[in-house]
Amino acid sequence: MADESKPPQSPDSQKPESGTAPASPAAKTPATPAPPVAAKPAPPPPKPPAPVQIPLDNELTRRYREQFGAAILDALEDRKQAYLVIDAAQLKEIALYSRDFEKFDLLEDFTAVDWPRREKRFDLVAILYSFPHNTRLRLKIPVAENERPVSLVEVWPTADWLEREIYDMFGVEFSGHPGLKRILLPDGWQGHPLRKDYDILLQDNAWVRENLGIDSGQ
Amino acid sequence: MNPTLHAVLDFLQTWWAELTCGVVIVAVVPLVAGYLVLMERKLMADMQARLGPMRVGPHGLLQPIADAVKLLIKEDIIPGESDKLIFWLAPVISMTAALTSMGAIAFGPSFQVARDINIGILFVLGVSSLGFLGIILGGWASNSHYSIIGALRSTAQLVSYETAGGLAIISGLLLSGTLSISGIVTAQQTQRVWFIFLAPVGFFIYLVASIAETNRAPFDLPEAESELVAGYMTEYSGFRWALYFLGEYANMIVVGSVATTLFLGGWLRPFPNVRWLNWLDVLPALIIALIGVYSVYRAGKQPVKIQTQFMWGVALACFAVALIYAVPWFVGPLKFVIPGLNGAFWFLLKVAAYIYVFMWVRFTLPRYRFDQLMHLGWYILIPLAIVNVFAVGVAMLIAANTNWNHAVVLLLATIVTTIATLVCAVFLVSWHDRRTESASTASLARDSYAG
Amino acid sequence: MGNALQDDALQNNSTLLGTDELVLNMGPQHPSTHGVLRVKLKLDGERVRGTECVIGYLHRGVEKIAENRTYQQVAPYVDRMDYVAAVSNGLGYCEAVEKLLNVEAPPRARVIRVILTELQRIASHLVWLGTHALDIGALTPLFYCMREREEILKIFEKYCGARLTTHAFRIGGLQYESYDGFEKDVERFCLDFERRIQEYVDLLTGNSIWIGRTRNVGVLNAADCIALGASGPILRAAGVKWDLRKAQPYAAYDQYKFEIPVGTNGDTYDRYMVRIEEMRQSRLICLQAIEKIPEGAIMGKVGKVIKPPAGEVYHSIEAPKGILGYYIVSDASTQPYRVRIRPPSFINLQALDKMVRGHLVADVVAIIGTLDIVLGEVDR
Repeated sequence: MADESKPPQSPDSQKPESGTAPASPAAKTPATPAPPVAAKPAPPPPKPPAPVQIPLDNELTRRYREQFGAAILDALEDRKQAYLVIDAAQLKEIALYSRDFEKFDLLEDFTAVDWPRREKRFDLVAILYSFPHNTRLRLKIPVAENERPVSLVEVWPTADWLEREIYDMFGVEFSGHPGLKRILLPDGWQGHPLRKDYDILLQDNAWVRENLGIDSGQ
Repeated sequence: MNPTLHAVLDFLQTWWAELTCGVVIVAVVPLVAGYLVLMERKLMADMQARLGPMRVGPHGLLQPIADAVKLLIKEDIIPGESDKLIFWLAPVISMTAALTSMGAIAFGPSFQVARDINIGILFVLGVSSLGFLGIILGGWASNSHYSIIGALRSTAQLVSYETAGGLAIISGLLLSGTLSISGIVTAQQTQRVWFIFLAPVGFFIYLVASIAETNRAPFDLPEAESELVAGYMTEYSGFRWALYFLGEYANMIVVGSVATTLFLGGWLRPFPNVRWLNWLDVLPALIIALIGVYSVYRAGKQPVKIQTQFMWGVALACFAVALIYAVPWFVGPLKFVIPGLNGAFWFLLKVAAYIYVFMWVRFTLPRYRFDQLMHLGWYILIPLAIVNVFAVGVAMLIAANTNWNHAVVLLLATIVTTIATLVCAVFLVSWHDRRTESASTASLARDSYAG
Repeated sequence: MGNALQDDALQNNSTLLGTDELVLNMGPQHPSTHGVLRVKLKLDGERVRGTECVIGYLHRGVEKIAENRTYQQVAPYVDRMDYVAAVSNGLGYCEAVEKLLNVEAPPRARVIRVILTELQRIASHLVWLGTHALDIGALTPLFYCMREREEILKIFEKYCGARLTTHAFRIGGLQYESYDGFEKDVERFCLDFERRIQEYVDLLTGNSIWIGRTRNVGVLNAADCIALGASGPILRAAGVKWDLRKAQPYAAYDQYKFEIPVGTNGDTYDRYMVRIEEMRQSRLICLQAIEKIPEGAIMGKVGKVIKPPAGEVYHSIEAPKGILGYYIVSDASTQPYRVRIRPPSFINLQALDKMVRGHLVADVVAIIGTLDIVLGEVDR
């Protein structure tokens, strides 16, 4: 509640949850005649609690910003875990820098999250681990729906199947990947299940009919 | 009298014993092979801390019957493109070879179909090798790529180890001086010592070679289930497969019999010439009677009435056999059967012990890969067998040219030569290890991910 | 004239002899692929030139399902991934959500979690050892391993009612108090277990056939391991002395002393030795833990409705198969926005291609076995 910014106090606008708010002028005079504005604005909807991310500024982020400048869109820390939001255009360079200079030699995971209402819909998330320093770093790369980020297979060979899974589940194509095809779903499947507009009960009935000989999977 | 009838009766009179033996072999050995399967399953279970077949009959004693019935009533599937005649013939050849080779084996002083044949061991080896033909034909007739590869692999393995086994047998033959089965056993009796003590390395080589010859673990890669190609038996189902399987177990009996004859004293009881141990002659009857007593004891512990009755049946059968063994002792005119019966008992006991070792080894050791298997056969066993033949020959020369007690000298000389052969074996094995290490490091030196 | 013809023939010898690459399919149904895994081998005679794994036969969409369940409802689903080591899956997930909530499980819960997880590690390695030995041809260790594992499963059954997919832990701690006699059972098992490990070692470790089948088979050196993301015993057998329980301790692991077994070669034999030694170390951890289980609550301060503040967290644990990670994104509702599971078997399986090249077909089975994959985790 501390960082919940209060809207500018209008004389008699009442927030539904201002029960614990310090006494505002409006509360003292509940029966004050109507203000100049005729229509009472509807109480604003309750704000969702803001995320617990705090901006990060340590040695590591300073080095990255020095190296890549504007490509590091943001540096945040969430529940003591650091992550950098970076630009997809410089993905490969940042990856190489991370592996070679910052010694993040293990790509622990590479996945994606779908935020359908954002302009850049997908958030590619790479979780890096450094054996020498015993630290982790997350890289978040926002990509748009038809964008083709560069593949990380040449930097960390483990990205091979991980990128195939991202392609399979989300539809993000990686340029430069040696053999990008579906991995968990059958080859002819239509649709990318982990997208938010793919209903949980949806199945590719055409594939089911053709390959399994039954009407539908349901 | 009708001359044909007369001729037939004459024939029967001369050959009735051999004919009986032959009939017994053909009729009884498949059943015995079936019970060998049960024995293997029970032994395997025992070594793996479990019980094995327990349901069908008391302690699973009727399991082979159930298996045979199941296999007989299975659908007979023949691959479409296969050569029907050869497909039918292959398991028959395999089984026939095994049974025929049993013809020359003597289970006792007088139980031998090919009586007094003077090339006994050679006959057994040669005819049992005909079984390989059954394997190749089976693989070819299955009309499957993987079957024929498996069959050829299996045959390659058998041929290699046949060579090693044959050379090992030679060392035993040097000691006996004759190929005839009864001659070999008599030689062990006159020399007062089993040949295993005179040619232990030869016995050991033959043991390993015979395990490989019968396609048993650790040499069963061609027919192992976790191998990609399932071997020559893939397309065979039902009773055809059972024939192959029974042929394999019959081969085990053959190979065990050869080893027993050559190295373990055949039908001789332990210490056959020692007078004060003559009381050992009552052991066969005694042991069988004790098995009967144990069956009676277990009969009381069976949970179900039919099982109790069956155990009583087993007990009665044991007592009947013990009676057959015991009666001639007391009935004068029947005394001539005693050596034969006792001999058969000791022979079968030794073969059973040999087969027990086979099974024991199967449950303990992992499987050899095919190239390791061939390497073991050609690079280690065959040179070792050759050296062993040479060593036994040297020992015999030493024994012949000194005036000391023949057996003692031979034993002493053999100890020395055994140590020498083992030293050679150690060198061979370490050379083999060094060779494979350099070979494998060479093959892994490439940068495989770049490819 | 004749020489020219001969040269021509030699240059075209590929068509003369027709040596093509053969593609051999180890299909989804196969006794030794430990689940529904399809491996297409490209063979050149007897040697393997490359592989292609086809997976997805057991894909059940756990990550999609998790977006439609509440946080507590997701927990039984994660058991079903690595169904051989369900307890560790649950541990990783519960700890990840606890991180998301900024809640810590009470000390008693953490210690009991360690005990159960280490018992589960032993059980998982026992399954691995039995099936791996069976693939290579040794029939007996399987039954011995199952006999030991039976004792562990009995402990689980007494604790939470289930043997395999246990759902042993809850978000915030434990649901069930340890039963009367829990310490006694664990102690009895651990005291007996050393002798049993010696049985397996006697059967296999010095056996020249075993060594011949596993030495220098499926070598993966340390650099390749890290590049390919292979973790767990595979990484340790390659010589990297690293264990997440020591590097970034979770649950109560920082209270116990145990060694990290390392191999030298990175071959199948070393992985075998590392896992045997890991079983010994797990046993030691259990013995240390049951000596002093702290008293107190078993459940932390977690409400009935779990609604973590928006954000994300990544938490990983050292599962028996490798690094098992959970990346959970919350949008401040009762259902997670995204649950991503980093499956160790999926990533370890990528290394199969590299490990198998140049080996004989008979070794492929041994190498798949040594990777210790569970298809439930590969496919999720």
